[in-house]
Amino acid sequence: MALLTVENLHVSYGGVTAVRGLSLSVNEGEVVSILGPNGAGKSSTLAVIAGGVAPRAGRVTYAGQDITGGRAEEIARSGISLVPEGRHVFATLTVEENLAVGTYMHKGKADIAGVLERFPRLKERRDFPAGRLSGGEQQMLVIARAMLAKPKLMLVDEPSLGLAPLIIDQVYDILLDLRRQGMSLLIVEQSTSRILKHADRIYVLRGGAVQLEDTAANLRDGEAIKRAYFGFDEGAA
Amino acid sequence: MISLIQNLIDALSLGSLYALVALGIGLLFGILRLINLAHGDFITVGAYALIVPSTEAVAQLAIGGFHPILLLPSIALIVVILALLTDALVFRPLRRAAQPSLMIASFAVSYIIQNGLILIYGARPKNLNLWPALTGQIALGELRLPTLQIVTIVTTLVLMIGLALFLKRTSYGVQMRAAAEDFRMARYLGVRGNLVIGMAFAISGVLAAVVSLLFLSQTGSLETGLGVPLALFGLVAVVIGGMGSLVGAVVGGFLVGAIVTLLQAYLPVEMRSFRDAFAFAFVIVILLWRPSGLIRAKAFDQRV
Repeated sequence: MALLTVENLHVSYGGVTAVRGLSLSVNEGEVVSILGPNGAGKSSTLAVIAGGVAPRAGRVTYAGQDITGGRAEEIARSGISLVPEGRHVFATLTVEENLAVGTYMHKGKADIAGVLERFPRLKERRDFPAGRLSGGEQQMLVIARAMLAKPKLMLVDEPSLGLAPLIIDQVYDILLDLRRQGMSLLIVEQSTSRILKHADRIYVLRGGAVQLEDTAANLRDGEAIKRAYFGFDEGAA
Repeated sequence: MISLIQNLIDALSLGSLYALVALGIGLLFGILRLINLAHGDFITVGAYALIVPSTEAVAQLAIGGFHPILLLPSIALIVVILALLTDALVFRPLRRAAQPSLMIASFAVSYIIQNGLILIYGARPKNLNLWPALTGQIALGELRLPTLQIVTIVTTLVLMIGLALFLKRTSYGVQMRAAAEDFRMARYLGVRGNLVIGMAFAISGVLAAVVSLLFLSQTGSLETGLGVPLALFGLVAVVIGGMGSLVGAVVGGFLVGAIVTLLQAYLPVEMRSFRDAFAFAFVIVILLWRPSGLIRAKAFDQRV
């Protein structure tokens, strides 16, 4: 059974429509990716799932429950963690305080020390204000923080944006590690190469709707993605 | 020398009051981006809550007659309830409203409270001598320190240390700081928005209640607009300290207190009635020098 189902989603801001009739699903333990150019509606879709934006129409079901238009903090508490685009660290809080924010919703002692073991760079800088970290370190921090929230489903928005290739590899190592532990992932990306290697299934979005949906294995040559991505006429290509 | 020290104590004590007001305003601004013009009226209500509600000219003590151990929490509770009610009835329905709308709403709350007070207590000012024991002086050699000023400074220090510990050491404090920095991200991590905002209103209310007692002890006079100039100076302190920074609010509060006191002491006598004009001229100079305030709210020195 699908862990997350999005059906016929419509999102608009003021008069501008960002998502029109989008449907997708994520199964338990699956890594699913949403690809698409700028303005395709990828971030809006994640924001709706996480409760940050209310949709104009459509339905979001998580673990059998309708969570459409729910409050962000309640959705987070039910086990969905969003890592938004742009590395939203709490800049004046220390690294350790940033990590702690993700843990308060759970009773009992959080394993901040255990998570820091996996991020040696963060451990070294645990008492630094997060705003002083490099971009790569901040990306690690927001992922580590989301991990401490112990989600069943993590939504990750453009984890590679603005990072050096070496750092991107590290980020993906961690994401794949999470998958091995049974977490489901929904990853939004603009670049296709890495995601083709790591995702199980892929949705290509353009103009706020799904243009293409298939397993990563079937899309490996990249031609179909290119067509869907740039909107070439399928017959002509 | 003696008069210099005396002036410094004056400056510290007035600065303490402004710092407490600025903290109350700054906390709400940090989390809600609300410039709460009604904060001064929270202070006024704290003062009026001491007496029996009546329009008679002579004030009769009600809560004001309690032992201080009971008086302080009672007044704090009343102002906190008022602050939470304001949130529930006015600001919660406006959560998604733009910042100017929030400010205008707080302006409306300010007027409603002031007119409510006139309705219940009458418009005439009333004399009220709260805690006459505090009007004495402590002699230190040649130096005579007014007890009330010392109490004001010590109380402010205790409250600031308490607030700092709360924000630094408790989970709710860390959540409040996270929410002040990035409210939406904090909610994505499970921080309950309304709870954090409610706590900010409650703390703001406690700070307002303490200011009302300290201020009333100084002036001995109740009037329905007594908190308005305090809120104005507190807001100025928040702005020159740096919007969104609590340390900035405190620094701004003491700075405004120092400017006003020193002008009062050292301006030629015939110019003292223009003291506040000079004080605000200083404020303009500070803002021309540092338009975003003395302490910037966010760590802008991020590397990419």
